[in-house]
Amino acid sequence: MQDAIGLIEPNIPALRRYAYGLLRDEADADDLVQDCLERAVSKWRQRRADGNVRTWLFSILHNLAVSRFRQIRRRGSNVALEDAPLSALTAAPVQEDAIRHGELLRALARLSEDQRSVLLLVSVEDLSYAEAAGVLGVPVGTVMSRLSRARAALRKLMDGQVSEASRPALRIIQ
Amino acid sequence: MTDRHITEEDLHSFVDCRLDGQRSETVRAYLAAHPEKAETIAGYSTDRQMLRDALQPVADAPIPPALDVRRMLEARRRRDTTPWRLPIAASIALAVGLGGGWLMRGAALPPQNGVAALSREATDNYRVYAYDANRPVEIAATDETKLVRWVSNRLQRPVVAPNLGKAGFRLIGGRLVTTPHGPAAMFLYDGTQGQRLAVMIRPMAVDKPTRMFEHGDDGLGDVSWADKGMGYSLVGPASAQELHPLADEVRRELRQAI
Repeated sequence: MQDAIGLIEPNIPALRRYAYGLLRDEADADDLVQDCLERAVSKWRQRRADGNVRTWLFSILHNLAVSRFRQIRRRGSNVALEDAPLSALTAAPVQEDAIRHGELLRALARLSEDQRSVLLLVSVEDLSYAEAAGVLGVPVGTVMSRLSRARAALRKLMDGQVSEASRPALRIIQ
Repeated sequence: MTDRHITEEDLHSFVDCRLDGQRSETVRAYLAAHPEKAETIAGYSTDRQMLRDALQPVADAPIPPALDVRRMLEARRRRDTTPWRLPIAASIALAVGLGGGWLMRGAALPPQNGVAALSREATDNYRVYAYDANRPVEIAATDETKLVRWVSNRLQRPVVAPNLGKAGFRLIGGRLVTTPHGPAAMFLYDGTQGQRLAVMIRPMAVDKPTRMFEHGDDGLGDVSWADKGMGYSLVGPASAQELHPLADEVRRELRQAI
């Protein structure tokens, strides 16, 4: 089991990043990653020995995220994801960047879960389209169409925010 | 033109920087010829880079102790090894609680004294020596006098090898065996069909005659008793009930001999 530590550990930062990108809540994200790691440890011997540990971990995390989303929907979250405050982690030191990053993450939160996960896996985690398809359990064609729609939707949201924020100085001073 | 060769996948692969040099050039040329498309793709590329930058601090942050895989593995190992401790502790508590562990006798808490202990010792020694192909006995029946003298000296009691000839069993020899109560003599007998019987004899701690004690386990039966300070056990590959008449015969014979 010693190999488990060596192969799982290097992936933890990326798993945290993906979970945060999906949930936009640090504590929730880390809970999800913790569940994922415990599952990985307990199922370590059942995984395909020649398989890719990174995509295997993302699959576990993704499946946990899907049930978490289902839970949130059942309970009816009182804070819409896009209105949730941003983590201190993502507040970059440069003010202007911080504002733009905040806008982008809020826009990301408004995408559907399917679009968000495909965008994060491909654009941020650098999974190939085939790997993303494996993690999400959908055909590669579906990954492509979701990616295409996700990028267009995000662009539209960002365009809207940019034009809306054409008086940025006023908003910041307020 | 190259237009018709440019697919949606090409454009996204271009945004994700996954095209090789030549293919990348082809897409660039296509975009140069389609300014509107080029603007969209540039927007996608900006969004991608910004998304990476926005989330990078999460990946760079120190990993909280709750996500320590090493610790999870250790906790798991503890969980995996703990469950068997509990039932054993519980069964001992139960046995003690039920007064001397009556329910567990012969299982968790083997008998320590009396003919029950003798019976168990005889069965254990039978399993070790009776089917030893090369040397089941230390001294063969041809040296019966020597054998009897030897074991009598060690047990510090007069011991004889019972004669089971009437039942069709011939003495092949004997040996000293160990028990928690000191040395014991064990005599082995062969039947006409290859069955092997054993009679084990040792002094008892308490001089108290007992009734015949029958016990059977895993294909072996034994009948044990105590008489005049000595304990006897007859063991063989039969049920204790089948062995019982022979045990009665042995007891009668030994009472006359000693």
